[in-house]
Amino acid sequence: MSILTISDLHISLRTPDGPRPIVDGIDLVLEKGRIHGLAGESGSGKTITALAILGLLPDSMTASGSITLASDAGATELLGAPRHVLGAIRGRRVAMVFQDPSTSLHPQIAIGRQLTDHMRHHLKLRKDAARPRALELLERVKVPDPEGALKKFPHQFSGGQRQRIAIAVALACDPDVLLADEPTTALDVTVQAGILELLRELVDDSGVSVLLVTHDLGVMSAVADEVTVMRSGVVVESAPREQLFTHPQHEYTKSLLAALPGSALEASPETLVHDLLAAPAAAAPSQEDSP
Amino acid sequence: MSLPTVTTDEIDPGKLRWRRPRLRLGRWSAPLGIAGAAVALIWILVAVFAPLIEPHDPLAQNLPILQAPGHGTFMGTDELGRDVFSRVLSGASVTIPLSLLLVVMSVLIGAALGSIAGFFGRWVDELIMRITDLVMAFPTVILAMVIAAALGASLFNAVLAALIVSWPSYARLTRGLVLSLRQSNYVVSGQLLGFSALRSLWRDIAPNILGPILVLASLDIGTAILLLSGLSFLGLGAKPPTAEWGSMVSDAVQNFDSWWLGLFPGLAILTVVVAFNFIGDALRDALDPKSNTLRGGGLTL
Amino acid sequence: MTAPVLSTSDLVVEYRGRPVVRAVDRVSLEIGAGEVVALVGESGCGKSSLARAVIGIEKRASGSVTFGALDVPVLGIRRRPRALTGMQMVFQDPNSSLNPRRRVGDQIGDGVRAALARGESGSDPREWLERVGLDTSAAARYPHEFSGGQKQRIAIARSLAARPGMLVADEPISALDASTQTSVAALMRDLCLEAGAGMLFISHDLSVVRRIADRTLVMYRGRIVESGHTETIWQDPIHPYTEALLAAIPVPDGAGRLPDTPDDADRLTWTETIPEALERTAP
Repeated sequence: MSILTISDLHISLRTPDGPRPIVDGIDLVLEKGRIHGLAGESGSGKTITALAILGLLPDSMTASGSITLASDAGATELLGAPRHVLGAIRGRRVAMVFQDPSTSLHPQIAIGRQLTDHMRHHLKLRKDAARPRALELLERVKVPDPEGALKKFPHQFSGGQRQRIAIAVALACDPDVLLADEPTTALDVTVQAGILELLRELVDDSGVSVLLVTHDLGVMSAVADEVTVMRSGVVVESAPREQLFTHPQHEYTKSLLAALPGSALEASPETLVHDLLAAPAAAAPSQEDSP
Repeated sequence: MSLPTVTTDEIDPGKLRWRRPRLRLGRWSAPLGIAGAAVALIWILVAVFAPLIEPHDPLAQNLPILQAPGHGTFMGTDELGRDVFSRVLSGASVTIPLSLLLVVMSVLIGAALGSIAGFFGRWVDELIMRITDLVMAFPTVILAMVIAAALGASLFNAVLAALIVSWPSYARLTRGLVLSLRQSNYVVSGQLLGFSALRSLWRDIAPNILGPILVLASLDIGTAILLLSGLSFLGLGAKPPTAEWGSMVSDAVQNFDSWWLGLFPGLAILTVVVAFNFIGDALRDALDPKSNTLRGGGLTL
Repeated sequence: MTAPVLSTSDLVVEYRGRPVVRAVDRVSLEIGAGEVVALVGESGCGKSSLARAVIGIEKRASGSVTFGALDVPVLGIRRRPRALTGMQMVFQDPNSSLNPRRRVGDQIGDGVRAALARGESGSDPREWLERVGLDTSAAARYPHEFSGGQKQRIAIARSLAARPGMLVADEPISALDASTQTSVAALMRDLCLEAGAGMLFISHDLSVVRRIADRTLVMYRGRIVESGHTETIWQDPIHPYTEALLAAIPVPDGAGRLPDTPDDADRLTWTETIPEALERTAP
């Protein structure tokens, strides 16, 4: 069953020269209990799409289309929803994990409180009821010494541990959907492995649905069930993971995989250099840079 | 479709896009900047052409004493029978060039010392900065007064005194700017390619720090005018009978009933200072690196 | 190998603090002409400090670095000795590697001038632009008109225009889009080989490095834990850290296989010194 449905989403940026499309009509369905990967390079619009789900777009952007969240009571329209509706959804039914845990966790509040604050707000728990739940969460995400951790501050943890805490904060109110925006990009590969394992476990154990936004196709290959590839604001291809990696349909997907060491379609370095030199690029100040 | 790109060749003030600056002038900074530029230009022309436009010789004492404006003169006459209007115009040719000269010299000296301090670091930096601190420790105007008094009252000495108290802020600013760029990859790359210190400073650093220095300088012109006028007001600058706005205001204190004696030179100072301040504010907003309406991180000078 | 272009002996780099941080702990390495050597490791292992100490941007606490027969001095107030402009660097951040106020062609021209000053042959900046896959019209443009990947290629062109005997590349592809990383790395390899230069390529990404490096040095906490022929290390890692590093790389083959997560017991073994893991040769 689909838990989150994005239909015909358009997002544009107001510029002095007129509106500039960032997301140009995309559709995406996140199935319950699955990890759906949203892949694309920088400038593809993938992060903006994730932000739109929670109504986090900057003022300079306008959005149209539909983003619905399914529940037992029916579907809730998230795009353009009034503040009180979004307030009830954020953290409670849809939560988000960001790329850089050093900026997504408050540097001056002990993590125990960061875990329990919104828990107490959404779930109306009292302090003594929230604490054991916080401990349980830290155990679930495998942060060592959960008791001691509650009183510590973010800077006292390593990058990987901070990200685990950020995931715990996101899961505190048992949301239906977890949006993860490049959750492992800032981490070392040995640390990343642990986070990916954790994500998979959480989904398998608790049935939370994850929309995983990342440019890293290796990560997609490891944990995603379905993959949607975006480029310049449009969906280029969407398929189950194995199919996308072994039999991609679209030229763009094929070219992405050709440039990736270890993929089934990997091209030789000679071919890659040849292609790079074959089309001498004139100036092109697009946002080709890293995410 | 992408945002317009701007290269150095294409810098055209008419094409500047103003995002709403979060400063007290808000979205008025551009029109005010233009107004300021217009007023400043008028005064500069006055300063240049004063001898040609003044109706009377500013030093000639041949008119009726203390005559209010309207009886044959535009701004009245002073206690020695001189035409105030002519003296105000002539004063422009004293104050404005000297203030501009003062600012230019302060910038050159301050920026040079600041660059050396920032680029070479270590003891060179320490030495220059301690001297800077020493000068800055004194209240600007007081120190200028002391120096001017010690050197003897004259316009030249007043400018010298003002110069001595003005260069430190440019040294500080420049040093900070140089430090911020000193470790940039492109500066280091230049050094790896064998650039000398001078070449690094001139080619790599200077063009990228010009902006903030220019803004400070334009805002400083008003301060320079006030400082020079102030010194003259205190009798430490222009000597009589030179027509200088500050000393004119000082003389006006003795004849307080003759309101026109102090008002017009005072207004002259006011309009010039405010005009340059508006120019400085407008420049600062235009060069704001956070402006994202211009590609390439804002218009950088 | 014949006389190495770059060699270090017991290089130590330390940072002040309580306690003093030893970022590079007695590293000795050699790189020959026409050889691409990769230095890999995760964040904090000291690879960047090593690169910076090798080229002289960072002070060394002890040990030596020689370029050819010359000792490499630390970059200071004095102008870089002419012979040492034969050692060039490519930085991680393409956005700060070029002077925003000068035309691209002029900046590449700086490299040409450095080569001429050393008595090497000159070249046309526009030729270099072509060699890195950019249109020659780029010479008249300014850096902000280009994307990150293109700026990086311009920086590479400038470095190579100086006809270096040694190129030190500090994470040169990390800030680029994944789709261009391998091609730019391969391009760098080709151009270095063509020029007969050696390249020290620092990266945290082993998969790309595998495609372009003859030898690989694996670094952990300031020490080289495994080194030698790249493919041999890949097929048959000896040191536990190398094993963990390789096993943690997610392979983009669509199989849905989670990479191995090292546990705390594993991490303890990473500080071991295993002599057999060093200087490995091809079978």
